[in-house]
Parts: sequence; structure tokens; C-alpha cells
Amino acid sequence: MSTDIVGLFTVFALAVFVGFEVISKVPSILHTPLMSGTNAIHGVILVGAMVVLGEAHGTGQVAIGFVAVVLATVNAVGGFVVTDRMLEMFKGRAARPGEKPPAGGEQT
Amino acid sequence: MSLGTGINTVDLVAAICFILALMGLSSPRWARLGTLVGALGMVLAVSFTFATPGLSRFGLMIGAMAVGVVIGVPAARLVKMTAMPQMVAAFNGVGGGAAALVALSEFLHAPAGSFATYQVIEALLGVIVGAVSFAGSVVAFAKLQELMTGRPITYPGQQAANGIVALAILGLSVATCVTPHTALLAIVGAVALLLGVAIVLPIGGADVPVLISLLNSFTGLAVAASGFVLHSVLLVVAGTLVGASGTILTRMMSQAMGRSLPNILFSAFGSVVEATGGGGGEARSVRSASAEDIGVLLAYSRKVAIVPGYGLAVAQAQHVARELVDLLESRGVEVLYAIHPVAGRMPGHMNVLLAEANVPYEQLKEMDEANPEFSTTDVVLVIGANDVVNPAAKNSPGSPIYGMPILDVDEATHVIFMKRSMRPGFAGIDNELLYNPKTTLLFGDAKDSLTALVGAVKRS
Repeated sequence: MSTDIVGLFTVFALAVFVGFEVISKVPSILHTPLMSGTNAIHGVILVGAMVVLGEAHGTGQVAIGFVAVVLATVNAVGGFVVTDRMLEMFKGRAARPGEKPPAGGEQT
Repeated sequence: MSLGTGINTVDLVAAICFILALMGLSSPRWARLGTLVGALGMVLAVSFTFATPGLSRFGLMIGAMAVGVVIGVPAARLVKMTAMPQMVAAFNGVGGGAAALVALSEFLHAPAGSFATYQVIEALLGVIVGAVSFAGSVVAFAKLQELMTGRPITYPGQQAANGIVALAILGLSVATCVTPHTALLAIVGAVALLLGVAIVLPIGGADVPVLISLLNSFTGLAVAASGFVLHSVLLVVAGTLVGASGTILTRMMSQAMGRSLPNILFSAFGSVVEATGGGGGEARSVRSASAEDIGVLLAYSRKVAIVPGYGLAVAQAQHVARELVDLLESRGVEVLYAIHPVAGRMPGHMNVLLAEANVPYEQLKEMDEANPEFSTTDVVLVIGANDVVNPAAKNSPGSPIYGMPILDVDEATHVIFMKRSMRPGFAGIDNELLYNPKTTLLFGDAKDSLTALVGAVKRS
């Protein structure tokens, strides 16, 4: 058990550095989608919630597990859907930067 | 009792997917693909969890997930882009709640006394941080959704009271370590909920987005703590990634507002306003003009800058604004949008809103690019923005927004303020610029006013 916790701490420490590193160059226009994207990622608690529900003993624990799975699913699924919805709008524009607005006339 | 020790392959692949998702989110080009990869990682991790030995109640699990999907997907699809900050708060809150419940129940079904002290500490962290995040997000949601006042809620001795709550949690936690009892842990969770509410109450509406980012990283840490309890490498990696990146993001956001994080959390933003801004506003004279006059001014300008704010988004006027810009451009007027980093209700929010209206990317200028342009700009059109152009941020050290970088619109020849009323902005601070001789006000709903301007420009 003690080697196990050391292993987890190693992973934890490395993940801290990766987390800092990956985000340090993000432009401010993407702050909102980024917040929502990381929000979706912590929806992975769903995995933990499933284990809790699957191993529960007695009605009380089952109820807690059930609620946890519902909440975690809302977090994960909703988070990804909403992030994608936001980014969809960025993609269309970034792909064709020279595109003129439909109603636009001559550009100076 | 655990998800299996050691790094299993699925965990590794899913963790890599999450890292790729975050990397993708650093550039507009890869962001969407990255999110897809992240979602695939999630699906993979969840699918393989069904194969965990010793699990049962798959029917109930799938039922619970179905309920979650039925709630989450329509909410995410139907939410208006203007309401994005509260949606993120809501999703964050449920995640924090789930993390707290996971940590709590893992503790629940361990045989009494079988938990080593370090395991109790892990469970405590998961419960406390998850509960703070949950309760804090609920209050943040209520503030942004305007279910309660967006003003800071303060009372005498607030800091001391919050300190006592925090100390109570600490004391109860120590007690739980000494006698690991479920009831004690549950009480800790309940007090942590109280702390979550107490932390958010004194924070003003304008600062809530930064707070949400902070709570987001809290939820990440709560997930990581639950990962320790469950011995799940994936939960530890994913939770920590979110915790670390959320911390950086929070810092970047507070820098964009020119303030430190402790200042945002503890200074009860806006509480000094009554003293500085106060009733002086009504007595002073402002100049207003009709849409016809302003339309003529715009039509014969060489360069026009648009400063959009939340008021533009609330009035759903992005499309009319684009129409006006297109019309001006067709007359040979140079037009740019000057976007403050915290325009809207959260950093980067305005970019999302304008992207929704198909505003071309190259017309959007970030603050550093836009500021040198104002001295050569004939007309600045401030649409539903206020705090981001308030000179108090530069000139009056007593102001709560003092130090925030702003758009220097007063360097332009004319400033047109489109406002619904003389009410101050979201931060509740009176704006000196309104009384500047350069400034003309156009009262009315942003959408109606813009429509009138489009008509006026067409006729001139």
C-alpha cells in the first residue's frame, strides 16, 4: 500500500507540471472555452462515481452512488457539448480567414 | 475496493487524451479536435469501468447516466452564449458535488477502522474541497443568473466569521483523523458547504467569473483527492491537470483585470463604491443626441472603433452591430472592434459572442492592438460597455477598478456611449467618461439604437 501511494504522488507531481506547462501559452480569446473544457475533463469523476455505485451496500449508499453518477454525467456530457458548441464558431472562422461577411460590400 | 493498482493501459490512454485536449485548447485551430479527443478519452475510460471486477448494478448505472444525459445535453445545447458563465458554474458545481459524494461513500463502505490516517486525510480533502466547490458554484450561479443580487454581500465581522468556519473545519478534520467516523466526515462536509457559501457571498458580480475559474480548479483537486481514495491513476491525473491549469488560468484572468487574486477574493469588490461614486451622477450634465445625428457623424468618419460590452450581448444586438459595420465598410469607413480581455461576463466571452454573429476575425483587435489606434480614430462607439473604458481605472486610486488596464477611448475625437440608462456598469462604479465633453450619449436598447443608426447611415 505504501508503494502505491508513492506512485500516485509521483503521478500527481508530474501532472501538476504538465497542467502548468500546457496552459501557459493560451491566448485570452480562448479563456472561456478553456475554462469550459477543463470543466468537462473533471467530469471524469464519473468513473469514480460508477465504482461507488457498483460497490455500494444498502439503500443509503446506493442512493449516494446514484446521485453521484447523475451529477458526474451532467458535468462530463454537458461540459463537452457546451465546449464544442463554442469552438464550432471559432473553427468556421479560423479555417477561412479571408472569408468576407455575407452582407459585406467592398473591403478597404 | 479499488480500481486496481498500478497504471493500467486504459487509464494511460485516457490521460493522454485529456492532455491532448488541453494542448489543443491553446490554439483556435486545434481546439475543437482537442475537445473531441478529450471526449473520446472520457468514453473510453467510462466503457472500461464497466469491466472493473466486483462491480454490479449496471442497470442502475446506465439509468443514472441516462438521467444525467437527459439533463446535461439539452442544457448545454440550449443555453444562450450570453449565459455561458453560469452554465460553466453549474457544470462545475455538479462535478464538485459528485467528487465529494465519491470520497464520502468510499469512506462509508470501508469496514470501520480499516482506513489508515493518510486515507482519512485523502477522503477529507475530497469531501471538503468538493463541498466548497459545489456550494460556491451554486451561489455563483445564482449571482450570475440574477436570482440574487450581484452586489457583494458583506456584514461586520465577516472575515472573522469565515475564519471561524474554516477553523471549525480544521478542528473537525483532526477529530475525524483521530476517530474515523462517517458521521464526523458528513458533518465536515456540511460545514464545508457553509464555507463555500461564505466565501462567495462577499464577491461582486464582476469578479464572479474569476471565482468560477478558481472553483473549477478546486473541483479538479477534489477529483484528484477522490482519485487517491480510489487508487485511480486516471482520476489523479485528470483532476490534477484541471487543478493546475485552472490555477494558472485564474491567475491570467486576474492579471487581465489588473488585480491580484487575494484582492479579488477578500476585498469585497464594489463595497467602497457608495463612498466614491455615489449620487453625484444625477446632478451632472451629460450630452445626448439622436440616432440621426450620430448616423451622419458615423457615415462621414474615416475610422470607427466599436467597443462591445455585455449590454450588446444582452440585447442580442451582435448581428445588427455587424450590419452597421458592413454598411460603414461599404462606404469606405475603416472599422475595428476593440475587445477588452474581460469584456462580457468572463474573459474571452466577447470573442465567443461576436464569433456567434460571424464577425470576421481580422476586425477584432485585442486591447494591446486597439489602444494605439484610438488616437487616429474619429468615432468610438461604446455599445453596452462601461467598466472597461472607465478612466477611473487610471486616474482615481480609490476606485475598486483602479489598476485594471482599460481601452483608452478618450483619445479618439468623439465617443458615443450607447446606454439604456444612466445606471453604472456591472461593477457599480460611476463613469467619469460620460461627463467628458467629447462624449455623446445615445439612450435606448442597444438593438433598437443600432437599428436606428443603420437606417440613419443609409439615408445620409
